[in-house]
Amino acid sequence: MRVRFWGTRGSIPVALTSADIRRKIERALVLALDKGVNTPEKLQSFIDNDLDFSILQTYGGHSPCVEIETGTGEFLACDMGSGARALGAHIMGHTWPGTAPVVNIVMSHVHWDHIMGFPFFAPAYVPGARLRIHGCHEVIEQAFRLQQSAPCFPVDFARLGANIEFVRLEPGKATEIAGYRVTPKLQRHTGDSYGYRFERDGKSLVYSTDSEHKLEDPAETAEFVEFFRDADLVIFDAMYSLLDAVSVKEDWGHSSNIVGVELAQMAGVRHLCMFHHEPAFNDERIQSVLNETIRFEELTRGERALRITAAYDGMELDV
Amino acid sequence: MDISNKDYGDVLVLMPAGRIDHANSENFRNGLAPFVEKCNSGGKKLVLDLTSVDYISSAGLRCFMLAEKQAKSQGGTIVVAAMQPVVKEIFEISRFTLVFATFGTVREAVAKLSPAALKALDAGA
Repeated sequence: MRVRFWGTRGSIPVALTSADIRRKIERALVLALDKGVNTPEKLQSFIDNDLDFSILQTYGGHSPCVEIETGTGEFLACDMGSGARALGAHIMGHTWPGTAPVVNIVMSHVHWDHIMGFPFFAPAYVPGARLRIHGCHEVIEQAFRLQQSAPCFPVDFARLGANIEFVRLEPGKATEIAGYRVTPKLQRHTGDSYGYRFERDGKSLVYSTDSEHKLEDPAETAEFVEFFRDADLVIFDAMYSLLDAVSVKEDWGHSSNIVGVELAQMAGVRHLCMFHHEPAFNDERIQSVLNETIRFEELTRGERALRITAAYDGMELDV
Repeated sequence: MDISNKDYGDVLVLMPAGRIDHANSENFRNGLAPFVEKCNSGGKKLVLDLTSVDYISSAGLRCFMLAEKQAKSQGGTIVVAAMQPVVKEIFEISRFTLVFATFGTVREAVAKLSPAALKALDAGA
């Protein structure tokens, strides 16, 4: 099971600014001076070994879109945030010309950051392509049509070339999608959101974004522990610090890195991937939160270590 | 949860013990409530002495936040002192140090809050 992240930022897409890039170059050069990098060979080694992710690369800024490889010829993705544009290009590159793609989309909810990529999702324009958009909300089709209505977008949904079908899922009821057993779970978020557990060949992955966890409700905690139980990978909304999540941003519908680690530890999860990054955070800040979260896991570790990563646009994980 | 305390006049030092986690955070909150209720502009300032607390989960930290919110709205003050290294790191990673004044020792906390209470503490009251 391979997972590919096309969009990992929450709420609104962001982009690196020229000031951000200048800052990365400054940090790299200061380190290079410090390390005495003065030959091309040393430079290569320095780049490969001495620069951390927040200097050398970027977490990216596209809003949520995560692809799960199916190995069946069909495609499967969670959410249609702005990352869906690049996913669409990827799908076209692997199918067109010759084959009209079949794409399964599973929607956590229809807030704008999770649907805004769809008008730029190339397979939707391909005659003969099949798109099945799955989700538990009644309003998914309405939301997709609405965002492409005049005067907000030049191409009305009705003019899309693909055969597009909306498939309603039921929370708690497993459904077969592109070779996976997929079970939705209701999550706390304004207008509701749904997490999804994907299972196949003894492996399991949970996509749980835009989900606030109320710490005072042990029954709710127990439900999520069961939903995450023994998962090989949990993609988790870790947008806020715990302080923010229980104070100024309480009831904003998102969660923290701390609660992510606690739930994953209680559930025996193997790998927690922090997702839906705060748009106000730059790469340094996300890296710092990741380092702190890894440290928190070390401090609170039980019998088994929990692997922790922070998702970035373009990241691939094998489950 | 019973929380033992020491009274130094206008400062009250509260001494919870053990783990404050998902299993007992509500008990901790209930144990703290009577003290927080009286923590107002004319009442005693509170020092949470965490010498004997070896772990705080997110649910426990939420209780700290609720207590701080209530005290602040009443004009009261709550500070935290003598955290064990693990608890101190959890506090920092959770960003709770942005809300709570923290002190290395109870004496430092009391000294900051009230000279009179410090005298009482030094006198072994």
